[in-house]
Amino acid sequence: MPIGMKGHLKNYAWVLLFMLFTIGSYLLGFRPGMVIYSNFTEFFIEMILFIPFLFILIGLFDVWVPKEMIERHIGKESGIKGIFLVILLAMLQAGPLYGAFPVAYLLHKKGASARNIFIYLGAFSTLKLPMLGIEMGYLGWKFTLIRTLVSLPLFIIIGYLLEWIMGEQFDVKDPSRPSKGDAA
Amino acid sequence: MMLSNALIFGVVTGLSLLVSLIFDRKKTFLGLKKGWKMLFGILHPFLNILILISIALFFVPESVIITYLGEGSGLVGFAVAAAIGSITLIPGFISYPLAAALLKQGATYAVVAVFMTTLMMVGIITLPLEIRYFGKKAALWRNGLNLLAAIIIGIIIGWLL
Repeated sequence: MPIGMKGHLKNYAWVLLFMLFTIGSYLLGFRPGMVIYSNFTEFFIEMILFIPFLFILIGLFDVWVPKEMIERHIGKESGIKGIFLVILLAMLQAGPLYGAFPVAYLLHKKGASARNIFIYLGAFSTLKLPMLGIEMGYLGWKFTLIRTLVSLPLFIIIGYLLEWIMGEQFDVKDPSRPSKGDAA
Repeated sequence: MMLSNALIFGVVTGLSLLVSLIFDRKKTFLGLKKGWKMLFGILHPFLNILILISIALFFVPESVIITYLGEGSGLVGFAVAAAIGSITLIPGFISYPLAAALLKQGATYAVVAVFMTTLMMVGIITLPLEIRYFGKKAALWRNGLNLLAAIIIGIIIGWLL
């Protein structure tokens, strides 16, 4: 549903405020404001480099991959093979952790189990291949190898624990669909 | 490095799009529409988080991080590393060079490891966004358990290296 001009204005209030703050900082020569803006552009470039691609892939994944297939391979009854598959899927991704949330929503919608979704988030945050490459370059293969080998069992355990903690309450929502509790 | 990652990701996306178009144009456009809708819906929380991180990084610049986590920082350094790593979210292309600089400044492997792992696995700044997807309970538990895991990883790496 379209939320109208007023809703958009409300959603982007902070962004607008930040733009005004930046323009003001540059006009008045306010250094902190300029530093914050240069930080922002760095992060923004990182985001804009991969986010559009990510959402194209998510959209395509949504229309092409049938629910039954996800349910069968990484659903409740999927076992070790399911864990292996979600880790592999996560390793092929790129970008910061918040980029994994929309993917988690989609996996949930298609019937992936809570355990596998949390394992996906764990693998996404610690085992992405492009990241491992950079890590090896800066911190050495020994550091990377040990960190990877220690992280792997831990986030699998966390996946099981979170599934157990959440039980039937587990749900992933799409924040782009405003619900009644969604005021911000 | 980041550019080549983005390039690879872009090429993969482009090829997928092409294959999808060849097989079914209608389905492809439906997918693009769905992707766009999700992106547009999440764009303003994304931007808000970027603004927050930019401000946080202004108050805690790299030089301060190095002072507190460098040589001889001991247990306090370990705790500070876990705290900074948990709160902020620094992209890899900044955090890895920073970690390497820390090691050169005499920080221990344990401190660097707990800093890197909390950066990756725990995100207090991104918590509001995470709550929108998973709800309060799951988001808080996930971050709590990951903090614990990050500390364990830090201790083991510090012990082995």
